[in-house]
Amino acid sequence: MKINLKINGEKKVFDVSADEYLADTLRKNGYLSVRKGCDTGSCGACTVHFDGKAILSCVMLSLRADGHEITTIEGVTKKAEKIGKYLVDEGVDQCGYCSPGTIMSILYLEKCIENPTDEEILHFMNGNLCRCTGYVGQLRAIKKYLEGKK
Amino acid sequence: MISIKEYVAPKTLDEALKVLESSKKATIIGGGAFLKLGSINISKAIDLSKLNLDFIKEYDNKIEIGAMATFGDIERSKVLKKYFNNALGLSVKDIVGVQLRNMVTVGATVYSRYGFSDILTCLLSLDTKVSLKKQGEISLEKFLIEGSNKKDILEKIIISKDGRKASFKSMRNSKGDYAILNLSVSKKDDTYLIAVGARPNRATLAYETIKYLKGKHIDETVIKKACEIIEDEITFGSNIRANKEYRKGLSKVLLKRALTEVVNYEN
Repeated sequence: MKINLKINGEKKVFDVSADEYLADTLRKNGYLSVRKGCDTGSCGACTVHFDGKAILSCVMLSLRADGHEITTIEGVTKKAEKIGKYLVDEGVDQCGYCSPGTIMSILYLEKCIENPTDEEILHFMNGNLCRCTGYVGQLRAIKKYLEGKK
Repeated sequence: MISIKEYVAPKTLDEALKVLESSKKATIIGGGAFLKLGSINISKAIDLSKLNLDFIKEYDNKIEIGAMATFGDIERSKVLKKYFNNALGLSVKDIVGVQLRNMVTVGATVYSRYGFSDILTCLLSLDTKVSLKKQGEISLEKFLIEGSNKKDILEKIIISKDGRKASFKSMRNSKGDYAILNLSVSKKDDTYLIAVGARPNRATLAYETIKYLKGKHIDETVIKKACEIIEDEITFGSNIRANKEYRKGLSKVLLKRALTEVVNYEN
């Protein structure tokens, strides 16, 4: 079945099967920043923006995305690089597997909460698991990034 | 492993019902987020996302939440923040992560009558009805006990705006995990409604405790007695998260906290 998507501002048409998931469709078509970790909607590595909202592409059927707008990290490279530097500076970018999903969630946090508290940041990032570094350094990096924007 | 042979996204509720009734193995897809946790072969998947059921509407005496409204919508809703001391928003805020909450739908959770659900417990402690396409409106209390007696589609849930104060409490092993137990208390005039969920069975009202508390002034003695009643009347079970004895003990703690909070809201 054909689906029409707007990915990172570009119109795309993909042929998908009824039980295909968005993470697979995106990866098959070159959006390799979209990672598959748990593949059950628990780890956040596959986070993309769906009509501006962060979702887990590994548990969204591709057909449901028909007619919608998707943003992956390939569409926000400048912002992603900037956040990435803060993560590296705080030593929270080790294997890097979770980083694209984490950065997409940080961008969503930025959009949803103005001047978030530490508690709000930790709560917001709860859906992104990192098995290398833990979350204290991540919190420092996010705070510095948000502070640096002011 | 999940396999889907055919996928349809109807444009109207009537069309969706027709498709559902056309095949024994037709299945409605809600948020779809839990599909991968099991193994299922679906001959015909019905996607309700094109039906504009993702609304939260406020009327003079009620709030309507469409079946496809997500937990994220509930959490962020300015309307829901105004009522029941934001108990509904607070009941969904610790469910996994923000991304999953942007996908999981109210309709799928209610229709599936999930035992682990947090929001069902909260809704049960409010005056809530479910609106089904064929069966019409029935109370959530009845729906949770009896389920749907025919192939039907949940269109929306309806909550009375009756000035109730409410408090939702839950206990988890870690943030984002399923609740070990959840409990919700609401108060209108001299009557309390108390719902207990994740027992781990589906949410139920604590009828004896409700009866005992009716008209009572809440003090330490009354809370102590109510805690004794609730631990005796509710059937608790064991699973990977906790055993029934732990849940039993926990029910008293959550009840005490929720009752105290509701009384404080009133004062």
